[in-house]
Amino acid sequence: MERDPAKRIVITGLGLTSPNGNTLSEYRANLLAGKARVQRIPMRYMGEVNAGVCDYDPMKYQKRKEVRNGTRAGSIAIYCSREAVADSGLDWDGIDKARVGVYIGTTEHGNVETENEVYNISQFDYDTKYWTHHHNPRTVANNPAGEVTMNMGIHGPHYTIGAACAAGNAGLIQGAQMLLLGEVDYALAGGVSESIHTFGIFAGFKSQGALGDHEDPNMASRPFDKSRNGIVVSEGGAVYVLERLSDAQARGANIICEIVGWNINSDATDAVLPNPERQAQCMRAAIKRAGLTPQDIDIVSTHATATPAGDIQEVKAVREVFANCPTTYVNNTKSFIGHAMGAAGALELAGNLPSFNDNQVHPTINVTELDPECAVENLVLNEPKLVERVDTILNNSFGMLGINSALIVKRFVD
Amino acid sequence: MTKEDVKQIVLDIIAEIAPDEELSDIKPEVRLREQLDLDSMDFLDIVMELRKQHGIEVPEDDYPELASLDSCADYLLPKFEAKASA
Repeated sequence: MERDPAKRIVITGLGLTSPNGNTLSEYRANLLAGKARVQRIPMRYMGEVNAGVCDYDPMKYQKRKEVRNGTRAGSIAIYCSREAVADSGLDWDGIDKARVGVYIGTTEHGNVETENEVYNISQFDYDTKYWTHHHNPRTVANNPAGEVTMNMGIHGPHYTIGAACAAGNAGLIQGAQMLLLGEVDYALAGGVSESIHTFGIFAGFKSQGALGDHEDPNMASRPFDKSRNGIVVSEGGAVYVLERLSDAQARGANIICEIVGWNINSDATDAVLPNPERQAQCMRAAIKRAGLTPQDIDIVSTHATATPAGDIQEVKAVREVFANCPTTYVNNTKSFIGHAMGAAGALELAGNLPSFNDNQVHPTINVTELDPECAVENLVLNEPKLVERVDTILNNSFGMLGINSALIVKRFVD
Repeated sequence: MTKEDVKQIVLDIIAEIAPDEELSDIKPEVRLREQLDLDSMDFLDIVMELRKQHGIEVPEDDYPELASLDSCADYLLPKFEAKASA
């Protein structure tokens, strides 16, 4: 049965910044070459920590005052959104900006700015008259998406989607849903992270026993490795241009892929410990919505963050859903760039998209000794895998408070 | 301290808070907002930096006194002098 092009959502543009690349081609090349980029950075109150740091040029799209008064998350969202629009080939000046929506996933927002101000007033004996008037516009939860609208002159809806570390997928799903509802004609959707600028995230993971470390920073994030010891926090972002297929075809857009299925569910069991049963349900529901079977999925991009418990839980779920799937390959991106928090889902999907063209599945790296409890069939370890063809990618992204998300994209076929 | 010194202090603050602006040919008698892309948040930044960097307080009722470099100098010089002699 032919599906209505007005009910199909496609990706027509992509912009990103990752610790190991500021364009998709640079990022992909490093994923195929096994090049991680994690560094030691000074962290207030904590000494040095491992972190994934982006080196995109904010001045490419912002004035210096915008950078000074805005937030890092806003700046990353602007860079990614502008790059995405450029990539999409949209006639930006010719479209109705009231029909553009901005949906940006974030794990958290406001910690960075609040910590900075508390530190600032600590230099003035905690006198709150030195607290900046920029605090509220910087810390409102819609800030990163709102900065995009101000920078780009967008008059449609904007907000952030707070979904812990499932936020990147959640942003994309929100964008797709708003297009299906006819609320907008173009969605700028994805996720961002500025979390490396807040000591609280690092200190919180450290207190939880979940902060990754290694004498070589580039080895600090090592999902599935027997010696893995936690998360490397990163900043970054990935924003996509989404459109209804009918609109994309009418303007002759280059269609990168189609979003064919998704699901978000909740564990309702534990604030931090994942629940493999619900993760499996989430993946199955996304596959069902896409009208596919597990055997149809060519790549499973895992969420695994390199915590001792979390990786095992996700592998349990993946083993269960993808048992008897001989052509389904499994990989992970956090071993290269750490955990980009609200950007993770969107960035990890991006790194896999070129597989539609080059038929390579990028590996997960830093596995010196595979933990038997993390072993799963067709886990692509340390070297890319050339396969016959990649038509579908399932992207997992999970977060605290038991939020699970799975997003499926497919090679576009008219 | 002279009025010229005060104008330079204000210009240094503006250079910090509005780094995209060209400040070399600012007319001291003309309102700053007519020459520069400054909004109300920027003026609050000027007030904050006077407080932080120089211990100078500008009550809200007096904000209009900061309209131009000349009016800034007229208004702020006695405050700087009072602070110096305190």
